[in-house]
Amino acid sequence: MFAAHLPPLVESLFSLLAIVSLLLAFVMLGSRWLNAYLGAFALQSWLIAVLSAAVAYYGGYPELYGIAVLTALFRGLVLPYLLLRITRRLNVDRELHERLSPSASLVVGGLLVVFAFVVANHLSTALGLGGTVAVLALTAMLSLKLIGFLMLVVRREVVSQILALLVIENGIFLGSQILVPGMPLLIELVILFDLLTVVACFGVLVRYLIVHAGTTSSRELTRLVG
Amino acid sequence: MSPGALVAVILLAPLAAVAGCQLVRSPRFAEYLNLVAAVLVFAAVLWLLPVALRGPYILLRGYIIVDGLGAWVLLSSSAVYLLASMYAVGYMRARNEPQRLHRFYALLAGFALTILLGPLMNNIGVYWIAIEFTTLVSTFLVGFEKTREGVEAAWKYIVIVSAGISLALLGIVFYYWNASLHLGPTFNLTWETLRTVAPQLNPTMALAAFLLVFIGFGTKVGLAPMHTWLPDAHSEGPAPVSAMLSGALLNTAMIGIVRFIQVTDAVRLGMLPRTVVVAIGALSLAIAALFITRQTDVKRLMAYSSVEHMGVMTLGFGFGGPLGVAGALYHMLNHSLNKSLMFFGSGDAMHAFHTKRISRIHHVLIAMPVAGALWLAGAVAITGAPPFGLFLSELTIMRAGFAGPNAWAVYVMLVLLVVIFVGFLNHFRAMYFGASAQAAAATTRWSPTRSERIWCVLPMWLALVPILVMGLWWPSAFSHYFDVIAAQLGRGLG
Repeated sequence: MFAAHLPPLVESLFSLLAIVSLLLAFVMLGSRWLNAYLGAFALQSWLIAVLSAAVAYYGGYPELYGIAVLTALFRGLVLPYLLLRITRRLNVDRELHERLSPSASLVVGGLLVVFAFVVANHLSTALGLGGTVAVLALTAMLSLKLIGFLMLVVRREVVSQILALLVIENGIFLGSQILVPGMPLLIELVILFDLLTVVACFGVLVRYLIVHAGTTSSRELTRLVG
Repeated sequence: MSPGALVAVILLAPLAAVAGCQLVRSPRFAEYLNLVAAVLVFAAVLWLLPVALRGPYILLRGYIIVDGLGAWVLLSSSAVYLLASMYAVGYMRARNEPQRLHRFYALLAGFALTILLGPLMNNIGVYWIAIEFTTLVSTFLVGFEKTREGVEAAWKYIVIVSAGISLALLGIVFYYWNASLHLGPTFNLTWETLRTVAPQLNPTMALAAFLLVFIGFGTKVGLAPMHTWLPDAHSEGPAPVSAMLSGALLNTAMIGIVRFIQVTDAVRLGMLPRTVVVAIGALSLAIAALFITRQTDVKRLMAYSSVEHMGVMTLGFGFGGPLGVAGALYHMLNHSLNKSLMFFGSGDAMHAFHTKRISRIHHVLIAMPVAGALWLAGAVAITGAPPFGLFLSELTIMRAGFAGPNAWAVYVMLVLLVVIFVGFLNHFRAMYFGASAQAAAATTRWSPTRSERIWCVLPMWLALVPILVMGLWWPSAFSHYFDVIAAQLGRGLG
């Protein structure tokens, strides 16, 4: 696989991009402001676009240039714009009743990254790829996944929950760029399109929530139990 | 007709219905257009069944697969689509909102389209997307009534299922990565490719990937402990939608799990993956048993019964072998028909009593003699009592379990089925014979219009008669069909 034989400089570039993307997830974890989440998410998407372009250049996958452009466009611009419109419609601009304070979630997030690293290291070693950039890619992928789940659990505002799902998606996308850059183009395109549809559906549902439920906090969505 | 032409009918008929409903915004036109599409789909699926058995056929440059397993799932799903489309005519007319009806039918046909897509998808990535789209379309059907509870259910549904299914995507990427070490960087990840390369996969990685896809698609199937969206979504949607969710959608996700079990057999990981599958199936039964006995809402009662039956099917596929596969497939068709009947009955009861609370429903047979009797028969059938189809399939699955190394699960299953039998029918006892004589006198008879009487009761007959026939007589053509499917699924072991 291509990640196993990379010049050291390229490897550091990939590592840098993956690590900074991971750090941006911590920016989301450590903040209460919805706008901070949005900014961090947009920036993370841009970094992933740069990563796609870098993989295209160093790995010789020209079609990934197209993916890079589309990622920057859709994940970096359109999705944050759609989410911005959703937040403007709400009359909240920050998390008020999160289940875990930002500082505590930072600690939990750190533990999750350690766990992700242990799993990633184990799996890469099993595949004979220990010590390569694959470990880091896998760690970033699993960490973003776990951090996304953590955000889903501890945050209550609908926008935070949508962003948590998008962070999970970003994680899978980031990892797959390094691990499986040859993934057929069609699949990547459809997944990008799918993501847009998901966010559009979320947008409509948020409107329903405001009109018919009168709240956008999962704290108050407690009618259905048992 | 060739399999290609039949698949085209199956997919284009609902698509045309979506377009037609949106273009001509007439409620009557939309109802009948959707109904015509459902009839066409069902006829094409019946035609496809024998054709598919001679397959598998790979169409459209490898993106579509027509095989026995897929055709069987299509049969279960299209039968529910047909029944739900009929029932919807009466049910939705009674709601008196003609100006939104064309949107409802467009969504219903679109939902059917995404459900029918899943079993036909040969590329695993595209299959994942088909499953994702079922969520997106059905969310709006769940929230269609725009009540506070409905919107809450729709929101929980989309968030939980999207999160769960993202685990499946991660698992698929793991499979692709592992396979790419043997097949080169670019290839189409089809079920067949994955099964062929499976013996070369790294066992640790393959196990991790299998667990991820099992949890991911298991969320969509409604297996405990990932079932939490299911009772909300099934109870808040309109009755025909609940039937589609339970009888059609869950099967479409189940087929993915079955195909991944086949792949995992080929990796040779020993019994561990199948034991996990069996354990989750048993846990689903246990959770369902607890919530069924203490349920207060009639539609949530049906929803937890779906969790139970998905658990039973998972046990069947987990036990495996010709008996396990045959039992699970027979169970799938019977459950689809039976659960449609149950949701139709609860829809009628909601029209008659204007409530979903079990405690406020009483003397059903006085309020609705025909529909009530059908509903009661369905309740006996769904708990697995003879002489109905689910009794035979559950018995078959138990026999399969005793033959394998996970026989402990059969005892668990047996105990829990008895608990569910008692718990479930106790609610029906209360609803039919429980309340006092004064309440009986106060019970007003449900007086549906003539069209409601036809459209709301006829589909219940159409669901009950086949499950009764299939309970008395297991057609030998089915046995042959299941043998072929089991042999195809068993190639993973061979």
